Amino acid sequence: MKVMPDERGYFGGFGGRFVPEVLMPALEELTAAYAGARTDPSFQEEFHYYLQRWSGRPTPLYAAERLSRLQGRARIYLKREDLLHTGAHKINNALGQGLLAKKMGKKRIVAETGAGQHGVAVAAVCALLGLACVVYMGEEDVCRQAPNVQRMRLLGAEVKAVTDGSRTLKDAINEAIRDWVTHIESTYYLLGSAVGPHPYPSLVRDFQSVSGLETREQFLALTGRLPDFIVACVGGGSNAIGIFHPFLQDRRVRLIGVEAGGRGLDGDEHAASLAAGRVGVLHGAKSFVLQDKTGQIRSTHSISAGLDYPGVGPEHSYLKCSGRASYVVVEDGAALEAFLLLSRTEGIIPALESAHAVAYALELAGSLKKEQTIVVNLSGRGDKDLGIVGGALEVE
Amino acid sequence: MSRLAALFAGRKEPALIAFITVGYPDLAATLEAVPLLESCGVDAVELGIPFSDPLVDGITIQQASYRALQKGITPAACLEAACLIRQKSALPLLFMSYYNPILSYGPALFCREAARAGVDGLIIPDLPLEEAGVLEASSLRHNLDLVGLLAPNSPPERIGLVAGRSRGFIYLVSLTGVTGMRQELPPGVADFVARVRSLSSLPLCLGFGISTKEQAAQLSGHVEGVIVGSSIVQLMGSGEKWQPAVARFVRGLKEALVQGRQAGP
Repeated sequence: MKVMPDERGYFGGFGGRFVPEVLMPALEELTAAYAGARTDPSFQEEFHYYLQRWSGRPTPLYAAERLSRLQGRARIYLKREDLLHTGAHKINNALGQGLLAKKMGKKRIVAETGAGQHGVAVAAVCALLGLACVVYMGEEDVCRQAPNVQRMRLLGAEVKAVTDGSRTLKDAINEAIRDWVTHIESTYYLLGSAVGPHPYPSLVRDFQSVSGLETREQFLALTGRLPDFIVACVGGGSNAIGIFHPFLQDRRVRLIGVEAGGRGLDGDEHAASLAAGRVGVLHGAKSFVLQDKTGQIRSTHSISAGLDYPGVGPEHSYLKCSGRASYVVVEDGAALEAFLLLSRTEGIIPALESAHAVAYALELAGSLKKEQTIVVNLSGRGDKDLGIVGGALEVE
Repeated sequence: MSRLAALFAGRKEPALIAFITVGYPDLAATLEAVPLLESCGVDAVELGIPFSDPLVDGITIQQASYRALQKGITPAACLEAACLIRQKSALPLLFMSYYNPILSYGPALFCREAARAGVDGLIIPDLPLEEAGVLEASSLRHNLDLVGLLAPNSPPERIGLVAGRSRGFIYLVSLTGVTGMRQELPPGVADFVARVRSLSSLPLCLGFGISTKEQAAQLSGHVEGVIVGSSIVQLMGSGEKWQPAVARFVRGLKEALVQGRQAGP
């Protein structure tokens, strides 16, 4: 199989580096530093040391018996990334890039955050490594994910609310990039999803692949075979690419990404870039993008802040076009239902993002045979979403 | 000789290049602004195509872009505006656009229509040459100059690359940062210009953060062009009677460039 991405950062026709000239030397520097770190045993050792001792890896692969019994068909397993330190898979990448930034001699980190899980992870890593930390967060997300704002501040990060545009993740990335451009020598941009210019999509994928590698080993040990389906939610797509990637060569394992259908694909109130977008350039990469007919980027909606993004990682666009992965859509209501269902059948409160994957897995399970298996990447825990879900519960 | 080539041939003082956002504060203002700028000594105009996610722009141009988009300004509307401006002005005109609106329009079609409208060049701040192949071919076919950009941190390899492929001039981004008014020139700007000069014979035009007569005067003798954007955009958005304020500001810059040349670098 061809090495992905190629040296220009392309996964087939997707990816690349569509950035201002001022960022080109920084991206070259990062590419070189990462190439060194990737093959440096001491870097890998340090990364895995902190993954284990500080953030709680490996995470369990859990057979969700009561959840599976709801459909009475396929068995559903949960990869428990929600049990990680700071509450989501985001810590894997934050730790990897934080160590890389330190190795590169950077003293200051900027990051964007949507749901706040990446922001909290970066703030924690910066505290651990003694780096200054500034997190940009859309004003709307600052309101709907308030507990995470408090956590970031407690961990010593400066949280800057972004009031431009749709005041969500997209605008936070714009502002983080503007900060990075302005402080290019001293500052490392710690991008939280598998998006952005080369080398970020592959960098983030590699640091997140730890979840897929563990899942493969754990599933084989538990059952002696590989799962039939892997299901993960996709905003930018970092948890999905992390769990998909180690299975790409296992052609019989079906990979399914679940995008946020918001209030339905009929209108504009969703965030399903792969289902409803066109190829475009956003935040430095060519990929599927939600845009109007004149190339302006659309505002999106999802009940989950972490999926509320008009773009998607270029490798997902490639996997969609090559047919190796397929992508489906789950709307707000179904995600909320799955959120409650998982809480009450398994005693696990999932993040609203991950609840999208749970919802699709349940639907899928109903159409499968008893001996078939589904692994859901339970990418985060739902404590941060209590405010949003509280409203829905009162209605109930 | 193309309008851009003629602009730099045998120049004494640096060309004054103005940036305005198409459709800000409204389309009528854009159409009125170019002849006014021309009468006040501006030598070329960059027409900014508004974009929803203007990554390299500071707050002034960001807000102008959002306002223009709210008024329904599309790339097609910008092409029409350029066509109308060309009927009233002989100045070199360049489109400044982020890449996605052009990609969405179709690079080949966009270049054909821009050329037909009388536009002379394109500046795409988020399209490094590595990704510019398609647009470069289309722009060449239609005699549009695709202007390359360099930043103060560009290493010699990249200066060489851009010097070899940029057409019309090279856009030197004066600082590592976003567009917007600053009071002083960034330190090291003379060194930056000299580094590029040693590797390129193209005209060099400097932009980002230039908004005062003093800055303009200091640049005279160093570069072939000075690009001023945010200050003009801000003045145009300052109220109904923006014309006298813009005229006064631009005349001041022009005088500073001429006098700066006479004073010597």
